[in-house]
Amino acid sequence: MGGVPGLYPAMTRRSASLHGWLLLFPAAVLLVAFTHWPTAATIYHSFFTTPKGARPARFIGVDQYQTMIEDPIFWQALWNNFFYALGTIPASIVLAILMALWVNQRLAGRGFLRLAYFTPTVLPMIAVANIWLFFYTPDYGLIDQITRKFGFGATNWLGERETVLGALMVMTVWKEAGFFMIFYLAALQQIPPNLAEAAALEGASRWYFFRRVIFPLLMPTTLFVLINAVINSFRLVDHVVAITKGGPDNASSLLLFYIYEVAFKFWDTGYGAALTVVLLALLASLALGQYFFLEKRVHYR
Amino acid sequence: MSGHARGMDLMEARGFDRVLETGAAWLLALMWFLPLIYALWTAFHPPEFAARFAPFAPLSLENFIKAWNAAPFARYFANTIALCAMILAVQLVLVTLAAYAFARFDFVGREFAFALVLVQLMIMPDVLIVENYQTLSKLGLIDTLLGIGLPYMASAFGIFLLRQTFKTVPRELDEAARVEGCGFMMLLWKVYVPLAKPVYIAFGLVSVSYHWNNFLWPLIVTNSVETRPLTVGLQVFALVDQGIDWALICAATLMTSGPLLVAFVLFQRQFVQSFIRAGIR
Repeated sequence: MGGVPGLYPAMTRRSASLHGWLLLFPAAVLLVAFTHWPTAATIYHSFFTTPKGARPARFIGVDQYQTMIEDPIFWQALWNNFFYALGTIPASIVLAILMALWVNQRLAGRGFLRLAYFTPTVLPMIAVANIWLFFYTPDYGLIDQITRKFGFGATNWLGERETVLGALMVMTVWKEAGFFMIFYLAALQQIPPNLAEAAALEGASRWYFFRRVIFPLLMPTTLFVLINAVINSFRLVDHVVAITKGGPDNASSLLLFYIYEVAFKFWDTGYGAALTVVLLALLASLALGQYFFLEKRVHYR
Repeated sequence: MSGHARGMDLMEARGFDRVLETGAAWLLALMWFLPLIYALWTAFHPPEFAARFAPFAPLSLENFIKAWNAAPFARYFANTIALCAMILAVQLVLVTLAAYAFARFDFVGREFAFALVLVQLMIMPDVLIVENYQTLSKLGLIDTLLGIGLPYMASAFGIFLLRQTFKTVPRELDEAARVEGCGFMMLLWKVYVPLAKPVYIAFGLVSVSYHWNNFLWPLIVTNSVETRPLTVGLQVFALVDQGIDWALICAATLMTSGPLLVAFVLFQRQFVQSFIRAGIR
């Protein structure tokens, strides 16, 4: 009794349990109903066929997974998602650090800079997609208007297999970098000023100071941002739904978009469940990786 | 100034480097503003000036008026506002109770229950669309605002954030109130909630901007004008109602993000502080 510091010590365990669970109850019901139950049900349903009309779901073992392994669109969506993460996350992080370093200095027009970097973050992805759609329009959009000045012809940025995923990546970096910037900005403001004084005394260059002092101190922030960025790269497919529909030829299909397509366009919920299991496995391994590997390395260097 | 440089200032850029960095920072800022300026230009000028920069092109609000009349945006606005308000109201109650339980009561299964709550930080409702849709249709909640909001109402993020805050409330305050015969609910309401006010503001801003902007789940759940939030309404408008009238689409896009953008520009500092507060664990 009272063993854990900060908890109410004078209560019996029974009374504390009653109070605790009563307080937790409403939130717990909703959490179980919309997070834990669907997670378990997804796994369960992935071993069944999709019920159709009067025909109920039938157990088929790993058939859905067999189908998946032989499904080129699944692999394409998975690879696309991988390249999408690889293309957006490091770029967003580097830009976010640069932005934070700049905004943290007393450069001219600092308020304007912060506003410019952060504003895209407040927009819904769907609005971002609509604005950039206009940007990317062949011939008529701003990008083609500029490239034309340099003698290039019209490019259908969102209509070509080679450019579509890159076009989505640019849009995502534009939206996300400013969001990550504020976490770096907060971290920079926590760094004790005497470190800079010591470095100046030693005659260290700015680059050296950044590389050996600032960047290592930003590591926990980088980890936090990294985890969030990876989750976002799997979670946020609004722009795909809104402007490319995964096309052309599935070149811009991401995993969650493919799940959406399978479950809500083709109404194959059994296969949709199997695809969701892959996404859940990816997220779970991310959580475990964070817990067992990164946490320790970041804090106890 | 530089004669008295102290602390972090010592490692700021100087001389030519400073000019170079200021230039680079401004260049990036202009690049970042460009898409927005482009959208603003197009929305506030007659359609023939879309993507044509004539410095003296006449300003006009016509695109906004046309867009407003071309689709039930008033209804979409009402839906989004109702949705955000409903989600936030329920979240605040549930999250407060749960956070109090985790912060102060030594109940059986506390650690395990907390671990189960944290699962939602990784596996958000956004990725469980297939099963959650089935649940909603069993409950008969497809195409309702409640259906859009329900999966998000028990926010693990909010529980975590408030638990951290509640744990920092001094026990002396707590005990003093209890000596005076204050019950737990009264204590929570009179001591804990007021002390956590900045955290509530932070959570509120994050929650409202998340649900104002949320798109995929409402798109799946809704299929009528009566329930569609702005994001879905905007998409339907851009897809169905218009060919490629950019001026109208830009006007509609800015209109739907407008309130959040204006709020952001006005309360920039609070927004940034809130996001930071919400992000640091």
